[in-house]
Amino acid sequence: MLFDIFLTFFKIGSFTIGGGYAMLPIIQKEVVDNKKWLGEEEFLDSIAVTNSLPGPLAINCATFVGYRTAGLKGAISAALGAVMPSFLIILAIAMFFTAIRENPIVEHVFAGIRPAVAALIAFAMVKLTKSMGVNFVNISVSVSVLLLILLLDFHPIVTIVICGVLGFFLLRKETKV
Amino acid sequence: MIALLKLFLTFLKIGAFSFGGGYAVLSLIQQEVIENNGWISPEDFIDVVAIAEMTPGPIAVNSSTFVGFKVGALAGSAVATLGVVLMPIAITLLVTIYYNKFKHLDQVTWVIRGIRPAVLGLIGAACIKIGKVSIVDYKGIIIALLIFTGVYKLKINPIIAILISGVLGVIFYGVL
Repeated sequence: MLFDIFLTFFKIGSFTIGGGYAMLPIIQKEVVDNKKWLGEEEFLDSIAVTNSLPGPLAINCATFVGYRTAGLKGAISAALGAVMPSFLIILAIAMFFTAIRENPIVEHVFAGIRPAVAALIAFAMVKLTKSMGVNFVNISVSVSVLLLILLLDFHPIVTIVICGVLGFFLLRKETKV
Repeated sequence: MIALLKLFLTFLKIGAFSFGGGYAVLSLIQQEVIENNGWISPEDFIDVVAIAEMTPGPIAVNSSTFVGFKVGALAGSAVATLGVVLMPIAITLLVTIYYNKFKHLDQVTWVIRGIRPAVLGLIGAACIKIGKVSIVDYKGIIIALLIFTGVYKLKINPIIAILISGVLGVIFYGVL
């Protein structure tokens, strides 16, 4: 059973490129439809919870499903399975990359790729802004965080803590009234 | 040994605060790995992000493995990867075990709702820092604009977009 859990998440981890949300339908198909470890509703519940916690969605989701299926050992098997493929692939690339890094063609390729990375992150921002909604709170908080980091050299973790604390006190007040 | 311990603790810290998905974590990794510890150069870091984008697995995990390898080969990559996933796994476990209590815990919801809009700012900061390093001349501006238009308007898959940008790099920087 534990090995089955490990293998299932190893498989999921091996074939999912493009971040957590791209993984969800694949996890759902394996875990809910094929293995029947979780019901549909339980699975959706797990996403809602794990999504808001720190950490990659796929690994959090694996931990949740693994625990529900086979307790602590299940959680560890699932998380390990989900992490292992990316670890092995990057390890292989890192070894290879150091060897080809100085090649002039490789340098040109990466000279082209670097601006594209900035463009892809900008695109991710536009998408996220749309899905979160443009309103006063979202814009003022995110712009403040941006300025604190870029202009005042705040550590990103400090801005996260500030926003968490502000959220706690402001929303608590709101709920009381 | 001390270097590996420092690597582990640094990624443990990054993992514990990795809210809001891979791109938001980039700004934490930049701060810790480039600015505080100088483990890799800003250019190398962007290459790592590109590689992470094109390979399976979460960006946070991929870039930790890569940075770990740079600092301490196999042991380094294992330590960094373990460090970045440990807190998320532990926190998820706690929440799963106490799921029914957690589900109705308003306090946690307030904190998380406060953090949510910050994620956008974190990604914005990462984007601007990466843009400053990666876009060095007018050719870079053209490539960035082409790729942005490609993924935004033409809905090109990001992996294809990176491949295209590599070809553009060879043309712009090698041929022209």
